[in-house]
Amino acid sequence: MKIHEYQAKEILRRYGVNVPAGIACFSVAAAVQAAEKLGGDKWVVKAQIYAGGRGKAGGVKLAKSIEEVRQFAEAMLFSSLVTHQTGPQGRIVHRLYIEQGVAIHHEYYLALVVDRASQCVSLIASEAGGVDIEQVAAETPDKIHKIMIDPLKGLNPQDAGNIVTRINLPESCRPEAIAMLEALYRAFDENDTSLLEINPLILTPENRLVALDAKMNFDDNALFRHPDIAALRDPDEEDPLEVEASKHGLSYIPLDGDIACLVNGAGLAMATMDIIKLYGGNPANFLDVGGGATAEKVTEAFKLMLRNPGLRAILVNIFGGIMRCDVIAEGVVAAAREVGLAVPLIVRLEGTNMELGKKILADSGLTIIPASNMADAARKAVDAAARFRSEAVIREV
Amino acid sequence: MAILIDRHTRVMTQGITGKTGQFHTRQCLEYAYGRECFVAGVNPKKAGEDVEGVPVFATVAEAKQKTGATVSVIYVPPPYAAAAIDEAVEAGLDLVICITEGIPVRDMLRTRARMRGKKTLLIGPNCPGIITPGELKIGIMPGVIHQPGRIGVVSRSGTLTYEAVAQLSELGLGQSTCIGIGGDPINGLKHIDVLRLFNADNETDAVLMVGEIGGTDEEECARWVRDHMKKPVVGFIAGTTAPPGKRMGHAGAIIAGGKGTAQEKIEVMEACGIRVTRNPAEMGELLKSVL
Repeated sequence: MKIHEYQAKEILRRYGVNVPAGIACFSVAAAVQAAEKLGGDKWVVKAQIYAGGRGKAGGVKLAKSIEEVRQFAEAMLFSSLVTHQTGPQGRIVHRLYIEQGVAIHHEYYLALVVDRASQCVSLIASEAGGVDIEQVAAETPDKIHKIMIDPLKGLNPQDAGNIVTRINLPESCRPEAIAMLEALYRAFDENDTSLLEINPLILTPENRLVALDAKMNFDDNALFRHPDIAALRDPDEEDPLEVEASKHGLSYIPLDGDIACLVNGAGLAMATMDIIKLYGGNPANFLDVGGGATAEKVTEAFKLMLRNPGLRAILVNIFGGIMRCDVIAEGVVAAAREVGLAVPLIVRLEGTNMELGKKILADSGLTIIPASNMADAARKAVDAAARFRSEAVIREV
Repeated sequence: MAILIDRHTRVMTQGITGKTGQFHTRQCLEYAYGRECFVAGVNPKKAGEDVEGVPVFATVAEAKQKTGATVSVIYVPPPYAAAAIDEAVEAGLDLVICITEGIPVRDMLRTRARMRGKKTLLIGPNCPGIITPGELKIGIMPGVIHQPGRIGVVSRSGTLTYEAVAQLSELGLGQSTCIGIGGDPINGLKHIDVLRLFNADNETDAVLMVGEIGGTDEEECARWVRDHMKKPVVGFIAGTTAPPGKRMGHAGAIIAGGKGTAQEKIEVMEACGIRVTRNPAEMGELLKSVL
């Protein structure tokens, strides 16, 4: 789960990390009031969306007067911000964050991530902050420093000190920097964070360290013990279909193709998308109904898939295993009846009570195209989608 | 024997009294030598009871001491599952298979750190388990699709493993042992560890390795195969069509920062001499072609 920059900074502030004073706003009037309340003569108006790359896209503006705060807020709020992470359709800005302007002497980069290979949390730091860190890694890898943190011991102050030296922070900042790294690790660890990124961390002309931006992602599997963080979820930032799917215990990701697929198990669901593509079709979604799919889940899954207006076929690929195919077949039939299916439906069922499942499908009176295996299913789905497309053209003519 | 388990293995179930634990224990008991192999269950509140005739003990240590079980399978709910692994490791078991899906990463990081230097091996979490066909099934996979034989199977997935196994069985290619190592980012045995075991097993002739997007385990395994493997290995990687930055069902199946793509994995595997099919319907055929 992701949260907004201002929410991440709120968390970090509680851990004693220096962040600029700021106020989150939902209207232009509130933005102006916030700037007045914050005082000073410089403010930063920041669009709050989950995607990165806001600065380059015009989502972060330095205002030198209250009037400029108003102008920037008016331009940003409810506009669509297109960054390299949003896709071409962009993201509508619903929230702004007004911050006091802070003078910058140097920009650094800090991040904490879970390192899969070493099975540790790794602290990544660089003296080349404020820019795309992947670019730094590609062009000047010697400027990226990494240490692994023992999950049982936490961040060792000596390791923290070494990082401070390696990124060339001034000696006078050393105690403050070490304390900040320790605070960041505590914030990461105690909140089941999967990614914490400060880019940039700045050094002010007065030699103070300030987290100018902050990004925190959390482990979905641990949200049960962080109701305060789960409550920060912003539905405006999430795909409504994905949210709807997760309510029913389904894992659903929309794609831009026209052949929907409903599969049990994540690996098989990915493989089903892959084989559709391999046979010349385009998958419309990833949909995993879970290893133990029920008839109700299958019905909900059909409803989700059918919200796609460009749909031309549905492929159901179930490797039942212990799960009974007759139960799934009944779910498919009930769902197809309930939603009034107009596109071709191709079904491949494998596992316990397979024959009974196939009979239920055949006796349903619905036009269901049965498939004997995965290749057969994919081929039939791609053919049916192509035929549906050309018939649609004829119907329109 | 095949690898890790056979008919002489003695197994306990942690979380045997829950709905899932009971259901799958029954399935495992009914498979091949299951009745002889599953000797204990663990639940601190239900010690002294039995499930399907399997006695329940209060702790893993007690179950081990009273029955001689050296392997455990875990169906404990996510908030308590890592502690269940810790208990099994503390008790000095040889192998722990954790089926539970949804364990927080932070818990697994700590559990894995505690396991360093200990003898206990871990399969999973978030996995279907392990089966040596015709002998013993520990986990949730459908026993009926398997056949005893000489092909090793290792995969990060559940149902995609069943698909692979069914294709092999259909072609008359039985399996020595099939292992689902799980779809989580922080787990126990990895592809490379399982390949090492298959390489040393004189009852395995070739290996089918199924991977997916996310992480770099398949690449690491491929380099090891190039340098050490004496038997043919073929593979499939799921997620060629997966969009970047999206978690594809499994917690570990995500292309992050452009890393962990299927294309990258396939290229490294092929460069290391592993034949990889792009077609998940042809995993069995590909394996057959290298025998």
